[in-house]
Amino acid sequence: MPESPHPPHKPGISRREFLSGTGLTAAATALIGPGETLGQADKAKAIATPGFGPKPVACELTVNGTRITVQIEPRVTLLDCLRHYMDVTGPKRVCDRGTCGACTVLLNGKPIYACTMLALEAQGKNIETPESLYQDGQLHRVPAAFAQYDAQQCGFCTPGFVMAMKGCFDRNPKATPAEVERCLAGNICRCGTYQQMRHALRSLCQKGG
Amino acid sequence: MKNFTYYRPTTLEAAVALLDSRWGTSELLAGGTDLLDLQKEYVAQPDKVVSLNFVNDPIFTRIDVPQILPGTKAQVSIGAGVKLAEIAEHAELKKLFPALTDAAATIGGPQIRNMGTLGGNLCQRNRCWYFRDEFVQCLLKGGRKCYATDGENRYHAIFTRGHPCVIVNPSTLAPALIALGASAETVGPTGKRTLELSKFFQAPSKPDQREHVLVPNEIVVRVLIPVEGLRNASYEVRHKHSWDWPLVQAAVAFRLSGGKATDVRIILGHVAPTPHIATEAQKLVEGQTITPELAAKAGEAATAGAAPLSQNGYKVQLVKVAVKRALLLASGAQPDWLL
Ligand SMILES: Cc1cc2nc3c(=O)[nH]c(=O)nc-3n(C[C@H](O)[C@H](O)[C@H](O)COP(=O)(O)OP(=O)(O)OC[C@H]3O[C@@H](n4cnc5c(N)ncnc54)[C@H](O)[C@@H]3O)c2cc1C
Ligand code: SF4
Ligand code: FES
Ligand code: FES
Repeated sequence: MPESPHPPHKPGISRREFLSGTGLTAAATALIGPGETLGQADKAKAIATPGFGPKPVACELTVNGTRITVQIEPRVTLLDCLRHYMDVTGPKRVCDRGTCGACTVLLNGKPIYACTMLALEAQGKNIETPESLYQDGQLHRVPAAFAQYDAQQCGFCTPGFVMAMKGCFDRNPKATPAEVERCLAGNICRCGTYQQMRHALRSLCQKGG
Repeated sequence: MKNFTYYRPTTLEAAVALLDSRWGTSELLAGGTDLLDLQKEYVAQPDKVVSLNFVNDPIFTRIDVPQILPGTKAQVSIGAGVKLAEIAEHAELKKLFPALTDAAATIGGPQIRNMGTLGGNLCQRNRCWYFRDEFVQCLLKGGRKCYATDGENRYHAIFTRGHPCVIVNPSTLAPALIALGASAETVGPTGKRTLELSKFFQAPSKPDQREHVLVPNEIVVRVLIPVEGLRNASYEVRHKHSWDWPLVQAAVAFRLSGGKATDVRIILGHVAPTPHIATEAQKLVEGQTITPELAAKAGEAATAGAAPLSQNGYKVQLVKVAVKRALLLASGAQPDWLL
């Protein structure tokens, strides 16, 4: 029997907050090790770079054209910020590790995993979530095709697939079914509704996106 | 995830100055596709996270393909902050360096490629599941032993001799870039330096070592690839088409003159703690015409020195196939095994 890799109990993981105080922390501590040759100018620059956190700081995101500001700790991901702080629950949290696609949103038009990005990094960018696909009582043609072809079962993966597909047609309205499928390679459906999604995307390709 | 202070410097020098001079307390954040995973697992617990995404320096953020005039020495510059998707889709890079663009095009999935960067790809941590388990204290994390050598090791190294830690280097771009003769330009506490990518990686076995040789407060600025008119290709064997690292990869580059291959480079990925130079195979192909028979022999030769673990003997066979197919692809064969 190989020795068990698990130690009997986990050593106390430190969550102590090194730099306490207000949201803004100057990076003047522990910058330069002994024997290092950082120039005075570089030191000055580092000190001039403000830090955010670890206490909650203001985060302003542009979600579906609306600016929303919340107070969050730096460790909050874009996905958790949207869902838990902004009540934008279209993007789903499934793996939280960048391996399923349920959290897909468009960032400046490009599909990304919201679970794998810090919310603070998404400031100043255009974030499109599934919520943007229902406006003035009108469902966007991509989710409409999903509904028409019954391309979901539990529906948990659907918001991610819909956003990835929308991103694909936004980029190339004349995309072929094979091209659209390649755009969906970063999304997985555990219920296996791929065949119905194929019908949906074919109908969209025929209509030119 | 342990909480931290977040910084967003606008110059690389300011970023260097923000980093600590020992591993563990500060981390650079590029696309975050690896770092956030490590933080969620408490494998990385930095107190400071220094974002590179607000650095305003075209050398770091852009691809530059100079005008290539015959008889002159030119090099392509790819900023470390460039996204994998941009590399995969770049028309001129595709023509010059298909080994690189094909490797970039198969990484992760579209979302990962829209987020992940070249610098992050080269500096990402290994995928050993013992390493990535918060509760396992293996050799690389300062523990007493490597759990993979007599544990679950089907995705680990087959070139294991002399390596107390049997990870595979996780970068798919690295073998292609080494085959192309690329080098990395970095900036650190003592200024700039340029490192051949073949000397960029190391086999780590202690917590104060990474998969590369950079010091903790050193940043990859860009990768430079000489334009030498080499035929080149990368061939990967994978389980799945998304969310996976290759089981085995072979990247090759050579000059084709008068039907003969010279200046042959054959680099294997995902089989050793660093990208593995298949010296025997290179020698065998040097000066020869690449035929299916020669390519198969080179595949055999590339396995020289392999010492697989209990569960990964299958990778030896995959090396043979990957080398053979990469050589044939680069020589311009129209293979029927391509989808
Ligand atoms: C599901 C999945 C599948 C994948 N499949 C593959 C695959 O097949 N092949 C492959 O090669 N990769 C694969 N990857 C890994 C992916 O390519 C890397 O995660 C990505 O390239 C890292 O880039 P990043 O910009 O997100 O890095 P980050 O996560 O931001 O950083 C990664 C590490 O590199 C350091 N770093 C970042 N930039 C620099 C720099 N300029 N200088 C010095 N250090 C730096 C960071 O401090 C950190 O330690 C996969 C990832 C996922 C999640
Ligand atoms: S291969 Fe390396 S990282 Fe994995 S268990 Fe062994 S020592 Fe740890
Ligand atoms: S929840 Fe983000 S990819 Fe799975
Ligand atoms: S419909 Fe259930 S996961 Fe896709």
